[in-house]
Amino acid sequence: MNYNDAAFLTERIPLGDKRALSRAITLVENEDPRALKIERDLYSLTGKAYRVGITGPPGAGKSTLVNVLAKEFKSRGNKVGIIAVDPTSPFTGGALLGDRIRMGAALADHEIFMRSMASRGGTGGLARTTTQVADVMDSFGFDVLIIETVGVGQLELDIAGAVDTTVVVLVPEAGGGVQAMKAGLIEIADIFAINKADRDGAEILKSELQDALSLMPAIKNGSWDLPVKLTVALEGRGVKELVDTVYKHKEHLEASGKFHKNRQSQAEIKIRDIVRAEIGKRLWMNPSLKSVLDSLSGFCVEGKIDPYSAARTFLQSAEAQR
Amino acid sequence: MDKIKVLVAKPGLDGHDRGAKVVARALRDAGMEVIYTGLRQTPEMVVEAALQEDVDFVALSILSGAHMTIFPRVLEKLREAGLDHVVLTGGGIIPPEDMDKLHQMGINKLFGPGTSLEEIVNYFKEEGAKKKVS
Repeated sequence: MNYNDAAFLTERIPLGDKRALSRAITLVENEDPRALKIERDLYSLTGKAYRVGITGPPGAGKSTLVNVLAKEFKSRGNKVGIIAVDPTSPFTGGALLGDRIRMGAALADHEIFMRSMASRGGTGGLARTTTQVADVMDSFGFDVLIIETVGVGQLELDIAGAVDTTVVVLVPEAGGGVQAMKAGLIEIADIFAINKADRDGAEILKSELQDALSLMPAIKNGSWDLPVKLTVALEGRGVKELVDTVYKHKEHLEASGKFHKNRQSQAEIKIRDIVRAEIGKRLWMNPSLKSVLDSLSGFCVEGKIDPYSAARTFLQSAEAQR
Repeated sequence: MDKIKVLVAKPGLDGHDRGAKVVARALRDAGMEVIYTGLRQTPEMVVEAALQEDVDFVALSILSGAHMTIFPRVLEKLREAGLDHVVLTGGGIIPPEDMDKLHQMGINKLFGPGTSLEEIVNYFKEEGAKKKVS
C-alpha cells in the first residue's frame, strides 16, 4: 500500500482505487519523474471516455452548467469524471480553486469524481498537463469526461485540441452577431449554449448567432450545423436537450469519420509536444552547445552576426555533435 | 514543483464564510493552491473532496459551536479513508479548553478569533515544508 509508488498506482487505478487516481493526478500535475511511467503504463487503457469541453467567458455559468450536465450524464448510466481548471496567479503562484462550490448536489453521493486544477502557467485556458491528467482519468474507466476551462477571452483555445465536443457557453449580454463573426472562441464551438437564458436578449442573441454562423464557411465542422441551445443551468432548464445535442454531435463525428481523425490529430499534437520538449532538452541542456549559444548571442549584440545566421551556425554545431 | 494544497471547508449549517474566504485568499497570496468547497458540507463530503483533490491540509472553519462534534468526525472519516497523512486544522470560536481536547484527539493547530493572517500563513508554510521533505 504505497501511494507514492508508480507501479502500485498503475496497478490500483484500473481497479477503481480513487485514492490511487488522485495521487497519480498529483504526480502528473507536478511533472514528477514517476508520472512518466504511470502515463506510459496506463495509456493502453485510455480512449474509452467521451471528452466534452466546457468553455466561455468568466461568470457565464460554466461550473453551474458542468454540475447539471454531470448529473444528466450520470442519470443516463455513465460514470462521469470532471476536470475543472482555474487560474494560477502570475504574481504569487497561488490559486483559489472554487469550482467545487457550484457542484453541491452532484458530488454528494461520491459517484462523480471531480478534480480541480490550477492553470500553473498554462496560457490557453487549460493547465499544461490537463490532457495528460485527462488520459490518466480515462484509464480509470470513466464513460464521460467533462473538462472545464478557466474563464476565457477570445484566444484561449487549447480545449478544442483536448476534447471530442466543445461547448462554448455564452450569456445573453455577450454581444451581437458581429462578435460571432470574429475569429477565435466562436470558431472552436461544436455547440453553443446561451446560459442564463431567462434574461432579456437570449432569443435575440440566438438568432443573431445563427445568422452569423450561416455566413461563416464551415471551417471546423463541415456538414455539422452548429446548434445554439438555450439553458438556465441554475434551474436545470435546457440541460437534457444540451446532452442530447452532445450525443448528436458524437454520432455525427463517428458517422463522418471525423471522430477518428480528430483523435489522431490530437495524438499527433501530443507526440509533437513531447518531441519539442525532448529536442529542447537536448539542445539547451547540452553544456558545449550552451557555450556556442553564449558566444553567438555575444556576436549578435556586437553586430558581428545576425540572429538568422547565428541560428544556422548553432544548428550546424548541434548536427555535428550528434 | 510541489505546491502546498489546502482544502478550506465550511461544515455544518453555519453560513458565516467571511473568515474562511479571508484565510483562503491569504493562503492563495502566499503561493498555495486552495480549494474552497463552499457552505454546508457534511464530514463525508469534506473527506471525499480531500481524497479527490489529494490535499495536504484540511482546514475547517466552524463558528457555530459544533466543533466538538465536527472535528472528531472529520478526523475519523479521514482515517477511515486512509488519509492519515492529511493534516486537519481549522479555526473559529473555539474555547481554549476545547482546543486542548481536540489536540489530544489528534487534530492539529486551531486558530481562534484575533489570530493574524501572518501567523496562519506561517503555520501552513512550516507544516507544509515538513511534509514535502518527508
